Amino acid sequence: MSSPMDTPANALPIYLDNQSTTRLDPRVLEAMLPYFTEHFGNPHSTSHAYGHIAAEAVERARAEIAALIKADPREIVFTSGATEANNLAIKGAAHFARAHPARAHSQAASPRNHVVTLATEHKCVLESCAELERQGFEVSYLPVEPDGLVDLDRLAAALSEQTLLVSVLAAHNEIGVIQPLAEIGALCRAKGVLFHSDAAQAAGKIPLDVEAMQIDLMSISGHKMYGPKGVGVLYVRRRPRVRLLPLIDGGGQERGLRSGTLPTPLCVGLGRAAVIAGAEMAEEAARLRRLRDRLHQGLARRVARLGLNGDRERRLAGNLNLSFPGLSAPALIDACPSIAISTGSACTSATVEPSYVLRALGLPDAIANSAIRIGLGRFNTEAEIDFAVDALAAAASRLAAENGVRPPAGVPT
Amino acid sequence: MPRTETYLDWNATAPLRPEAAAAVTAALACCGNPSSVHRWGRAARAEVERARTAVAALVGVPGHGVVFVSGGTEANHLALLGAGRARVLVSAVEHDSVLCGLPEAEPIPVDCDGLVRLEALQLLLAADPRPTLVSVMLANNETGVIQPAAEIAAIAHAHGALYHCDAVQAAGKIPLDMASLGADLVTLSAHKLGGSPGIGALAVRGELDLLPILRGGGQERGRRAGTENLPGIAGFAAAASAAVAELAIYDQVRALRDALEAQIGAAAPDAVVLGAAAPRLPNTSAVAMPGTAAETQIIALDLDGVMVSAGAACSSGKVGPSHVLKAMRVPPDLAAATIRVSLGWSTTEADIGRFLDAWTALYRRRRGFVAAVAHTQPAAHKGKARAA
Repeated sequence: MSSPMDTPANALPIYLDNQSTTRLDPRVLEAMLPYFTEHFGNPHSTSHAYGHIAAEAVERARAEIAALIKADPREIVFTSGATEANNLAIKGAAHFARAHPARAHSQAASPRNHVVTLATEHKCVLESCAELERQGFEVSYLPVEPDGLVDLDRLAAALSEQTLLVSVLAAHNEIGVIQPLAEIGALCRAKGVLFHSDAAQAAGKIPLDVEAMQIDLMSISGHKMYGPKGVGVLYVRRRPRVRLLPLIDGGGQERGLRSGTLPTPLCVGLGRAAVIAGAEMAEEAARLRRLRDRLHQGLARRVARLGLNGDRERRLAGNLNLSFPGLSAPALIDACPSIAISTGSACTSATVEPSYVLRALGLPDAIANSAIRIGLGRFNTEAEIDFAVDALAAAASRLAAENGVRPPAGVPT
Repeated sequence: MPRTETYLDWNATAPLRPEAAAAVTAALACCGNPSSVHRWGRAARAEVERARTAVAALVGVPGHGVVFVSGGTEANHLALLGAGRARVLVSAVEHDSVLCGLPEAEPIPVDCDGLVRLEALQLLLAADPRPTLVSVMLANNETGVIQPAAEIAAIAHAHGALYHCDAVQAAGKIPLDMASLGADLVTLSAHKLGGSPGIGALAVRGELDLLPILRGGGQERGRRAGTENLPGIAGFAAAASAAVAELAIYDQVRALRDALEAQIGAAAPDAVVLGAAAPRLPNTSAVAMPGTAAETQIIALDLDGVMVSAGAACSSGKVGPSHVLKAMRVPPDLAAATIRVSLGWSTTEADIGRFLDAWTALYRRRRGFVAAVAHTQPAAHKGKARAA
């Protein structure tokens, strides 16, 4: 991939959308390639060498992913991605609680039928919860604080004898906010409630420890951590045992929790991505934080009343969610064709409505509509950051001049 | 010393076609999320849609009729659960991903060749007026037996039922066209036809609404959420196009398979090819060596570098006889002695030769040699020879 700065006319823009997806790390690609070609065996073919080679590679990857989150390899269930993992965790836990109340929660007199989540969760969590509501489950969508963080007192108050599951995003896909997982885990464990965390954005970027954080279910995505698309995992705790009903049943792979031929090269890729992310985490986070602060400070010097959405400290090192009061985010993005950024989640970026996440922070529509998400990643350089500062600042001032728009009075900054 | 390896387990998975390898590798270098609106995203989206058209061409539907999913198992679930029919009828020889997809589904019996009993299907449909989905695979993964899909579709449609056809094993091996099959829903898997594992599709005819299993970002027009597996999709398209272009290779594959069966028959008069009286895929042979457990055969063949299986790979770890052979009322001892030999586009005459050498050597050890040893040697050597 050539640098977009060389030939801005036809090169792809500088990629600053690493919360949407990340580039495959060349080391991951290298690890995967043999399993696409010479080692193509079906890992479930137990009768011959090609199957064994594939199965060993899958199990090695499973152990590598487990190590990243301090889990046991047997607790790792491969899925097609974080969306499937989230669907499986939430619907699988709820359906099991309904089908086998005594086995799901030993003290339960009647099936637990209540799920608690946050209003700012990813669409696939919210949609899974909505499906549960249509099936007669109760779901509480808790508001968050203006900084995007969960209010632990409110969460504690929301838990009842009926609550079966709490689902909270580890690190947010739009605003990068990192939730207090250990505190949430302790609250849930004390009440005998399962704790699921969507760690698609967090895995490989911040330390995760399913034991210390008392997490029962955790979703991870390959393509958000420089691994391949089409693969993810759900961590499913063994002690105390967390039970789920599968969404996809059949051949009985993944200990009956998820049937279907495992894609060996994708599993291998996710395993390699986990090893690299684990080894380089601290150093890379420090590097990204420096680049992010450089970008933020560079823009803040040149853009009046630039706003930062989401908690300043407790956020992913590579994430910025910035509002440009008085401007429209889509117009700003259009005016910066040389950098790839977005208004928010890619999954919903085709919609024109302001981000439900930013609204949940209590931001007025005018501010939410002016917000862009910038996701820095492993392959971004300082030169790219400086280029992005110039491009965004120039576009912002040009748009402000064209519009003749002054930020409306009374808008918080 | 590298031994010569003969892979005859193509129904478990096929090697990646060169065209697919090139497409997968190129797409792995492409970073965009197809849902992103910037240029990286738009480039990824264009690739997904180009691929959708190519996969659709495999079954003769317009592009928008293809829903990309994680594989055949998920596609079968989406068909059975997503069609939203009150009642589901499935043939007794379906893949586990259909049989387990909806445990309350009612079985349609098959005859001793493994073919769906059409009159039984008619009676089942006539007996209950609820909206129904009929799910019968095109070709069986264990025996290769091809169902009379068009007749099944006609019966289903005459009763107002939908017809879902799992074409995972048939696609790329025999011509496939949704209209002539009469199917409303068709399941496809990439890795069985030379794409990579982890990607499949459900082809949908017309404007049939599907309730999604995976909910979230609204990808695949709301029918299947989750960031699209772009490399998998690109490879699937390349493999599908190559499979269609090279379908004629399966004439040679059929000749090899037929030669294999003929030579087995010549060497072992008591050997049985299951489903042989029915139309079958050109590449599959379910062959029983009476009196020798499938497991024994597989181990012996593997020692000789020949890779086959006892049945479906997904249930290889399971004990117990094949539900497919059981439904065909194959006697349990014969079923337990049956292996699946499945060929592919790069299978050679030499591969078949190596298989036959290994198979007939085992057969002779189990029959003639043991008998000969018993005849000429002291009894003490008998057990030793048998253990070999």
